[in-house]
Amino acid sequence: MNNGISAKRKIKSAVLNALMYLSAGLICLMLLGVIGYILFRGISNISWKLLSSKPSLINDTIGILPNILNTLYIILITLVIVLPIGVGAAVYLNEYAKNKKIVKAIELATETLSGIPSIIYGLVGMLIFVQFFSLGTSLIAGALTLVIMTLPTIIRTTQESLKTVPNGYREGSLALGAGKWYMIRTAVLPSAIDGIVTGCILSVGRIVGESAALLFTAGMANEVLGIYESVMPQKAGSTLTVALYMYAKERGEFDIAFSIAAILLILTFIINLSAKFTAAALKKRKEK
Amino acid sequence: MTKLKKTADFFEKSMNAVFTFCGFLAVAFVLIITGFLIVSGIPSIKEIGIADFLFGTKWASTANPPSYGILPFILSSVYGTAGAIIIGVPIGLMCAIFLAKMSVDKISGLVRSAVDLLSGIPSVVYGLLGMIIIVPIVREVFHLPDGANLFSAIIVLAVMILPSVISVSETAIRAVPKEYEEASLALGATKTETVFKVIVPAAKSGILTSVVLGIGRAIGEAMAVMMVAGNVANMPNLFTSVRFLTTAVASEMSYSSGLQRQALFSIALILFVFIMAINLVLNFIVKRGAKDE
Repeated sequence: MNNGISAKRKIKSAVLNALMYLSAGLICLMLLGVIGYILFRGISNISWKLLSSKPSLINDTIGILPNILNTLYIILITLVIVLPIGVGAAVYLNEYAKNKKIVKAIELATETLSGIPSIIYGLVGMLIFVQFFSLGTSLIAGALTLVIMTLPTIIRTTQESLKTVPNGYREGSLALGAGKWYMIRTAVLPSAIDGIVTGCILSVGRIVGESAALLFTAGMANEVLGIYESVMPQKAGSTLTVALYMYAKERGEFDIAFSIAAILLILTFIINLSAKFTAAALKKRKEK
Repeated sequence: MTKLKKTADFFEKSMNAVFTFCGFLAVAFVLIITGFLIVSGIPSIKEIGIADFLFGTKWASTANPPSYGILPFILSSVYGTAGAIIIGVPIGLMCAIFLAKMSVDKISGLVRSAVDLLSGIPSVVYGLLGMIIIVPIVREVFHLPDGANLFSAIIVLAVMILPSVISVSETAIRAVPKEYEEASLALGATKTETVFKVIVPAAKSGILTSVVLGIGRAIGEAMAVMMVAGNVANMPNLFTSVRFLTTAVASEMSYSSGLQRQALFSIALILFVFIMAINLVLNFIVKRGAKDE
């Protein structure tokens, strides 16, 4: 079959093919290496004591309970604030807005927001929430910063799933005499729930992995905070990622850092799986 | 009845207002961020002088008299990003082509999950791995006193941009119409030739998009760079410790005051200008790509 192909062409094809396989193999190897190394160094140091205590200078022990709690608080606070805003914005874009130029402008703004690096969010969050609104370095200032950061994700995924809701739902609901808001609340939003959930999961992933935006807004404290304290001004706290950074860079506690990295890796894995699951459900409906 | 209608009307109107407000919030956020950065960034640029600030080669914020030249940071960021692109893009592109055209579905599914997972790993974890694995290797291989330098940062950044390069290029390659491939194969080109001479050129705007996204990610990365680049305000050289624009902001923020602090905001403003320029380029490419189709 290939008799007509010159040796030069054959070699060229073979080299390019080999390069492709090499690149794909390299990436798989890298992932395996990364996962293996982190779990190998991290898992052995994870103990119940590490997970359930706070750092103590007197006993010279390190615990990451405050960091786990802070991560949870920040996720919760951020989602509670960003969800209504993001879903609202998506509803506006898809259901209310009539002027194409306005839609373009808002979409351009969300794209811009998603391109801004997190260190700039951290800086602006510090200027706005920590100083201007004088919340001080606090979990709530960090969460508000992350609200701006995760807003584009929520808007985009919600909008995408709103687009898949059949127009017949809207027309049927309006024809039965429902008001526009009633129609959206009872017919449109429930059928867009998978997009909203996907958005939430992606946002959680982003929040769990975020560090630069939180360093100067949520601070570096390692105290256990109660639920009510977590939304108070001046109550600083570091999340897992920030704690990892502090232990590795400032204190040279690499074993602790790797333990946190292992926990983060496992969380990432779970988040990825669930995002994939909901996204697949969304796609399935799109194809229908 | 009319009263009922009136309250219903009022309710509809207020819900409309609420949604409109939510919609415009994103625009407001962009304006607020831009405003805050400009207001807090401009004064010190004025005080230092724009030429001295942008083209000064010496950053010594705590010296007496202090010197605020950010050319080392700008060049480090540019070189670091360029290096990451030079290493990361060919590997990423090859992998994307492999995923889109060459492999069996089962294998590509596996590789794609690997890519997804890599993209979800927090940047501090990459930084930690860089500190523990790459920095010592660089020190040993090149016989340096310290392995925390621009080269290590380039390696870490190259790994970090891989996922976005791969997934965006793959989507672009998959979107190329099947007829192109069939026509090329029918004319006697091999599968590999078809991929590299027909499909990749046809997907070039999407591939370019992925490169620009990679540039954006590399230039904006702070924590991982902070952990592997050595964090000294040197003029960049492959094997000297450097500071990027991002790490220059992050490393002095916690203890700065006065003009030094304002200068940090100015650095952030410069970084913001870079990012905005990248966004503009991205928009331009996407628009042109849409026109081509």
